[in-house]
Amino acid sequence: MPASDALFDRLKVPSRRERRDESNRMQGGRPPAMNIVVCVKQVPDTAVERKLKPDDSTLDRESLDGVINELDEYAIEEALLIAEAHGGEVTILSMGPQKAAESIRKALSMGCDKAVHLLDDGLAGSDALQTSYAIAQVLTRIGFDLVILGAESTDARTGLLAAMLSERLGVPQLSLASKVEIDAPAIRIHRQADYGYDKVEAALPAVLSVVEKINEPRYPSFKGIMAAKKKPVETLSLAEAGIDPSQVGLAGAYTEVVSFAQRPPRQAGTIVKDEGDGGAKAAEFLAAQKFI
Amino acid sequence: MPPDSGPADHASPAKHASYEGSDLLRIEEQLTPEERLVRDTARAFAAERAAPHIADWFEAGTLPRELAPELGKLGMLGMHLTGYGCAGLGAVAYGIACRELEACDSGLRSLVSVQGSLAMYPIWRYGSEEQKQEWLPRMAAGEAIGCFGLTEPDQGSDPGNMRTKAIPNGAGWTLSGTKMWITNGSIADIAVIWATTEQGIRGFLVPRTARGFTARNIHKKLSLRASVTSELHFDDVHLPADAVLPGVTGLKGPLSCLTEARFGITWGATGAARTCFEAAAEYSRTREQFGRPIGGFQLTQSKLAWMLADLTKAQLLALHLGRLKEAGKITATQVSLGKMANVRTAIDIARQARTILGANGVTLEYPVIRHAANLESVLTYEGTEEIHVLALGQAITGLSAYR
Repeated sequence: MPASDALFDRLKVPSRRERRDESNRMQGGRPPAMNIVVCVKQVPDTAVERKLKPDDSTLDRESLDGVINELDEYAIEEALLIAEAHGGEVTILSMGPQKAAESIRKALSMGCDKAVHLLDDGLAGSDALQTSYAIAQVLTRIGFDLVILGAESTDARTGLLAAMLSERLGVPQLSLASKVEIDAPAIRIHRQADYGYDKVEAALPAVLSVVEKINEPRYPSFKGIMAAKKKPVETLSLAEAGIDPSQVGLAGAYTEVVSFAQRPPRQAGTIVKDEGDGGAKAAEFLAAQKFI
Repeated sequence: MPPDSGPADHASPAKHASYEGSDLLRIEEQLTPEERLVRDTARAFAAERAAPHIADWFEAGTLPRELAPELGKLGMLGMHLTGYGCAGLGAVAYGIACRELEACDSGLRSLVSVQGSLAMYPIWRYGSEEQKQEWLPRMAAGEAIGCFGLTEPDQGSDPGNMRTKAIPNGAGWTLSGTKMWITNGSIADIAVIWATTEQGIRGFLVPRTARGFTARNIHKKLSLRASVTSELHFDDVHLPADAVLPGVTGLKGPLSCLTEARFGITWGATGAARTCFEAAAEYSRTREQFGRPIGGFQLTQSKLAWMLADLTKAQLLALHLGRLKEAGKITATQVSLGKMANVRTAIDIARQARTILGANGVTLEYPVIRHAANLESVLTYEGTEEIHVLALGQAITGLSAYR
């Protein structure tokens, strides 16, 4: 099914200018402490084999160990760095089953201040468009100056959410950032590209997606792990978040998995015998596979 | 560690699920979410910061002091203590951190054990508020290193006969004597030294700068090489009155610290054993002799099967002791059993693993000989295996065989 503009229109969110004016008024003209929201997705561990369920073609999440989507860890780290440098509060927003609470806890252990867990059986099987609707609803409800996401998830790999969110929220999108500089209300990034990077600037509030080049995520410290137990996690159902149940879930998804097949078994590797020219042969092989 | 490949494999009677980890019984699933995060942080630190260099450090006989502030930043120093900048972990989480560090090297775990359980713990438990404020936050951060002086050149298993003395001198004390086999001794900013006084054995905080206090490194050791081991001399060291730990008199002071550290060793040994088992299992799958992997030979399989069985029992023992400790029910005799049994298990697994690796088992290219050599120290430090045997013997029979 094609995405419908009407769906976007249904969302009434304040314009960028309205938001900024509101924010300035609240802060009485002082530089506002940033309200940073990081969208975190729990994904199956990429180290183990992942399977789609034959009955509804959705990912079998229950039987797999869940981890924070790798790029989201970079998003969390960047949020913490920004909050440490400029002041502010970092909120984790995660939509996912009960199990996602573990990933939320890890994010809080890394140093984030609080979390919102959008948890409802009605969300199961939502596609990217529906997910962006649900998350935009929550973001509108909790407010934000900056939303940070990993550029894509390791499970669905659509890489669409940041763009959809910025459209729904009516704020600029700064995508694929390898470097971020905040000079409120300006935000400037280096946008990673095949040829190098673009310099992109926008005004807050904004949606930012990051790539792994941007930083080195920290480990949760032991003190952070203990402190996380006391940090607030608000769990929201669809009704509590003001989400129309008919707009989310597998039944009403705009995209559909028509069929799928198991990945073929791995082929036997190619053994390169080093007779003084091993390096060159390895390079030839990689070039043939278009890796270099 | 990948789990079994799933129900489909169990349904097929012809074949056992392939298993390449070291947690066949899924013991890790018993851990709380916090404990898993602690495990992941400790494991990632060991893998990224220490593992790439550990063989070189071992060969060179060093452990970089710069690791201390990094460990401090992660909260690993004094992790099981509360307040004063310490993380306040539960007993199992503390054990898991020890396990993950020792899976890399016993020397790395020793640094953390000595700092947290032997140097910070007595200050935390028996120190004055001023002593705690002065030392614990800096020690937790890794800015100050501590050591623990109980053993002497002539007094090992029998510390009650120590010769190091503290004599009242005006308002303070004069300390004289020698301490031996002191981990972190020469890099310590503060030494917790146990000495006899007229009232009995007491603990003293001796700063590195105290006049008459010298430390000399012990060289030529072939075990725990990635660890600093020193001999400490106290030549009429004058100490102020407030250098003494006010909260304890008698041998129970240092022994309570050792019980803390031995608990960590019970866990740590399972880490060393796990690394050896995994190295041997992996080697057996890839090393070919007589045209097939040596893992396909019955002798090798027998070794691996028993190694995994013994490792699993050691892991369960450590976890059970941890839960007892968290419930406030653990006894020194139980810890003796844990230290005795798990270190013995670990050293047996290390030696067995070494035979599977053949000549590769004695090079630093593989972790096995390093662990096997380290465990020789772990076998005798913090209570020799024999003393723990005798402690259990006494508990079983009511008869002391040694005093």
